[in-house]
Amino acid sequence: MSEVTNFPRVVVCEGNEAAAIGVALSRPDIIAVYPITPQSSLVEHLSQMVASGTLQTDLMQMEGEHSVMSALQGAALAGGRTFTATCGPGLAFMFEPFIRTPGLRLPMVCVLVTRDVLSPQTVWGGQQDAMITRDAGWIQMYCETVQEVLDTVIMAYKIAEHRDVVLPVTVCSDGNYLGFGVTRVEVPDQASVDAFLPSPDVNWHVALDPDRPMGVDPLTGGARGIGPRTFVRYRKGHCRGMQNALRVIEEVHAEWADRFGRRHAGLVEEYKLDDAKYALVTIGSMTGAAKNAIDAAREKGERVGLIKVKTFRPFPLAAMVTALSKVDAVGVVDRAVAFGWNCGPVFQETLGAIYRTGRGIPAISFIGGLSGADITEDHFARAIAMTAQALVGDRRDGPIWLNESD
Amino acid sequence: MRRQSHDMFNASAIPDDLSSIATVLDPMLPGDWRSMRPVVDREKCVKCAVCWLYCPAQCVVEKPRWFDFDLAVCKGCGVCAFECPHGAITMIEEAA
Repeated sequence: MSEVTNFPRVVVCEGNEAAAIGVALSRPDIIAVYPITPQSSLVEHLSQMVASGTLQTDLMQMEGEHSVMSALQGAALAGGRTFTATCGPGLAFMFEPFIRTPGLRLPMVCVLVTRDVLSPQTVWGGQQDAMITRDAGWIQMYCETVQEVLDTVIMAYKIAEHRDVVLPVTVCSDGNYLGFGVTRVEVPDQASVDAFLPSPDVNWHVALDPDRPMGVDPLTGGARGIGPRTFVRYRKGHCRGMQNALRVIEEVHAEWADRFGRRHAGLVEEYKLDDAKYALVTIGSMTGAAKNAIDAAREKGERVGLIKVKTFRPFPLAAMVTALSKVDAVGVVDRAVAFGWNCGPVFQETLGAIYRTGRGIPAISFIGGLSGADITEDHFARAIAMTAQALVGDRRDGPIWLNESD
Repeated sequence: MRRQSHDMFNASAIPDDLSSIATVLDPMLPGDWRSMRPVVDREKCVKCAVCWLYCPAQCVVEKPRWFDFDLAVCKGCGVCAFECPHGAITMIEEAA
């Protein structure tokens, strides 16, 4: 590792404040927001920073999330570095401009303080909102710790604005568990972040600019003329940007480790996997408790490891195939539901990756932590035991609902 | 091709698979897709200008002895024929 020149200050704060600190260090030109539980304190921290003069930016509180993203589209087309945060019903209200943003290739950063989706009425954490938008064309990264939220917000700008990517990024911070979870956090100094993040590189290709007059997003497609092939060209370009992001995300995480001394896995983290016979697959903040359960099982002689998915979009297929090739059974723990498949979404996609390993290893879908429920070490111990049973032939259809008997 | 008021910049350096942008103006006037067109009976037209008043596309043009239509702009809605107090306007189908 090269010499670390960063001089951090240490604070104790919740994940929403850590996200706000990361945003402030990234020096956005415009922030547009609308408060919604459990994201609201993130907006409050940003507002406080602007009011006290520690964050020099235009902060617009809009009349709703649809206006939030529409305003940011204009700001990005004018060349501004932009930020917003939302979740759950707010994300649903934002959906129309949200799905247009990646097609416009506007490199925004949005923190989703993830929340389960009503109905039943809920205001608590869960990843259903993020998972519903997993194919909206945005890059999606799920954080494990409060520190990782702060670090990933800053890294997200570098990934989004990279000229081989040029796509918006959602940084997913588990509602309640990370958003309101208070821990020790190292805050990098501004000069080091300034050296890490280039100045905004947003609208070099599409712009509201009198010196470069252009029609933005004209009608494209249809059944005749140049329509079909033109539309395909843009879709292929979008997919190419997503695939390029797999490389760029790893490069940016490696540079972050060199500059700031914290090494987060960019795509997939392998935990105690090399000599493992079977493994859990996790995503987001649940991973901490899962690692404790893995450690406890190993003390009892179980050869179990863990595969953590950080980047879910683009799906890190090669990294998942590498990790899955090391084990003979997996239990995949989701914090959301894939209604159409009667399983969790990460499980569903892990099946696709298992196919690409060329080995049909047994896999179990576990669903837990819905609507604010906790996934404890005991739940993970159960998941580990059931995955060990799958290893010796006890295959199950349908998901295991971890909180069903809580 | 009609030009915009500004000269367009050279966009050839921008990758053509990022955002969909247009640097050439395509007017796509209603005359390109109209299915019916108005025809004036010059004997019946008294230049009362009711058609001029009602036309939503503002395509009515004045001739020495009658009113006529700019067929590049007319969208063929038929409001003029419906409103003409003298029955001087007939809608006919565009040739296929």
